[in-house]
Amino acid sequence: MTTQSSHTTGPTHKAVEAGVTTVIGLFGALVVYGSVKAGINWGAEGPKAGFFPFYIGLFIIISSLINLFNTLREEDGTLFAEWGQLRQVFSVIIPTGIYVASLPFIGLYLASMIFIAWFMRWLGKYNWPIIAAVALGMPIVTYLIFERWFLVPLPKGPIEEWLGL
Amino acid sequence: MEELVNLFHGFAVALQPFNIAVMVLGIVLGVIIGVLPGLGGANGVAILLPLTFSMPPTSAIIMLSCIYWGALFGGAITSILFNIPGEPWSVATTFDGYPMAQQGKAAESLTAAFTSSFVGALFAVIMITLVAPLVAGFALRFGPAEKFAVYFLAFCSFVGLSKEPPFKTIAAMMIGFALAAVGLDSITGQLRLTFGFTEMLNGFDFLIAVIGLFGLGEIFLTMEEGLNFRGGKAKIDLRVVLRTWMSLPQYWMTSLRSCIIGCWMGVTPAGATPASFMSYGIAKRVSKNGKNFGKGEIEGVIAPETAAHAAGTSALLPMLSLGVPGSPTAAVLLGGLLIWGLQPGPMLFVEQKEFVWGLIASMYLGNLVGLIIVLTCVPIFAAILRVPFSIIAPLILVLCAIGAYSVHNSTFDVVMMLVFGVIGYALKKCNYPLAPLVLAIVLGDKAEEAFRQSLLGSQGSLGIFFSNPLVSTIMILGLIALFWSVISNGLSRLRPRAATA
Repeated sequence: MTTQSSHTTGPTHKAVEAGVTTVIGLFGALVVYGSVKAGINWGAEGPKAGFFPFYIGLFIIISSLINLFNTLREEDGTLFAEWGQLRQVFSVIIPTGIYVASLPFIGLYLASMIFIAWFMRWLGKYNWPIIAAVALGMPIVTYLIFERWFLVPLPKGPIEEWLGL
Repeated sequence: MEELVNLFHGFAVALQPFNIAVMVLGIVLGVIIGVLPGLGGANGVAILLPLTFSMPPTSAIIMLSCIYWGALFGGAITSILFNIPGEPWSVATTFDGYPMAQQGKAAESLTAAFTSSFVGALFAVIMITLVAPLVAGFALRFGPAEKFAVYFLAFCSFVGLSKEPPFKTIAAMMIGFALAAVGLDSITGQLRLTFGFTEMLNGFDFLIAVIGLFGLGEIFLTMEEGLNFRGGKAKIDLRVVLRTWMSLPQYWMTSLRSCIIGCWMGVTPAGATPASFMSYGIAKRVSKNGKNFGKGEIEGVIAPETAAHAAGTSALLPMLSLGVPGSPTAAVLLGGLLIWGLQPGPMLFVEQKEFVWGLIASMYLGNLVGLIIVLTCVPIFAAILRVPFSIIAPLILVLCAIGAYSVHNSTFDVVMMLVFGVIGYALKKCNYPLAPLVLAIVLGDKAEEAFRQSLLGSQGSLGIFFSNPLVSTIMILGLIALFWSVISNGLSRLRPRAATA
């Protein structure tokens, strides 16, 4: 899974860190805005609901400004990650996103089977027999442990209903 | 004296066959969690928390705390054998543990690590047994101002003692407080920061945050390194264990010092990771073998392991006696207490004697059982690492999803888990510490409540936090902790240069 063509380039640490810090600062501004809407002064029962989060939001904005200043001042040319590495990371994040989004519709068991099988085939290049063993085995063990022994219900889809589980 | 009687009752509870079975199961699961990348103490306990919903609370907390001990033990295995720290607190163990393994002294190194872990934990549990009831008795007199002062001290220690830049720690912490504030305001009953989304009515559950930030974030980080994850073999025989044990007593000073560092760092919520680094650093400076550190010195394994385990264990002291967890894992355990309907804090010692002392007794037994299990089963646990990451990773991701779903039976939580996972990856890459963020989500509501109640009593004057000797002392300790790095810099500049060199 190494990508030879792009092994020395990638976004710089400085740029990504500045971006993350800015997002945190904007989050702080959102908190301040929401707090002001909820009321930040004293009401009949003492401080209003927005009183505490308002100052929290201010703290976020102030510390982000300081962090941003420190980041931009640094002379640091190191990479955040190589493009190839980021591709690896996203090749997990995106399928996990699809997996998570499909849970409410097809149930946990079927989604997990497909997810595990995909992961092992695409990133691990395994034979189908091994894939089938793990992809079927894990949900079955999960079913026994969670639903049977510890009585924790998990999301089910049409197939489980059809099987009457 | 009364404590001793209570402790014996506790042992009677912990020694019930069901509780012992739960203890062994917890330790084994914990070691597996500690060995696997992407699963750590905090999210491992969080994922398995729903399994304990159907158990009696005492058995449940015994199992969960034993998972935690197991994870602490397990982290050392991978550090020493493969130079891969399974947990952040075992990074310092790799410095000397891995060179020892390369020189063919893996068994000595593992024995030293496990034994030191045990010693550190034992020291911390004895401290908890003696100190916790006193602290709890003291805390019964706390008003809202004193409570807020304790939270203040806890969070200031994070800023002062963590190795990340202070303003990043503050930013991470404040994000946690902001997330905790989302939803229904507990005092006025008003909605806030929901921006009209009904899903956010109940705010963010920190268990979801823990699973996402620590579990998924860690998997994403590991993916960067690619999938080539190699395993190896390890064996410990009794003769090596005995020989190593014979050699350990000569390092008693290192052990004692590491125990004290660990307990201090665990009680003030700096946690196991800085404790292990600090202990390693001091041992290196003080020991007469200091120049051999990093080349396979057994003292370099003893120091960080003792401190990490002492810190991990003593983190439960403020959780039990004050309701302020000393580490993310302790925070998850605290979340468990709330789910079982137990209110952590001083009243626990009065109202739930059997529970508290059963837990404390199980800490003694759990660590002993843990030591025996890890010493005898190292080959099995090391074999887990030979399972390729492309099989382990999807299984861990599925487990995380199950854990996140079963906290509230909500698929929206699973989506939030993924969001937290991506956030965790980005924050960790940018050196933002995650532990204060999680602790702030847990303690946010309570800290806010204490703060607002105090202000209500004083008509809005901040002077209430310095109104009596008790609250002033805690607040001043907090301020010292907050500016600790500035203070210690100043002190070392005052000292003559020869002493520091």
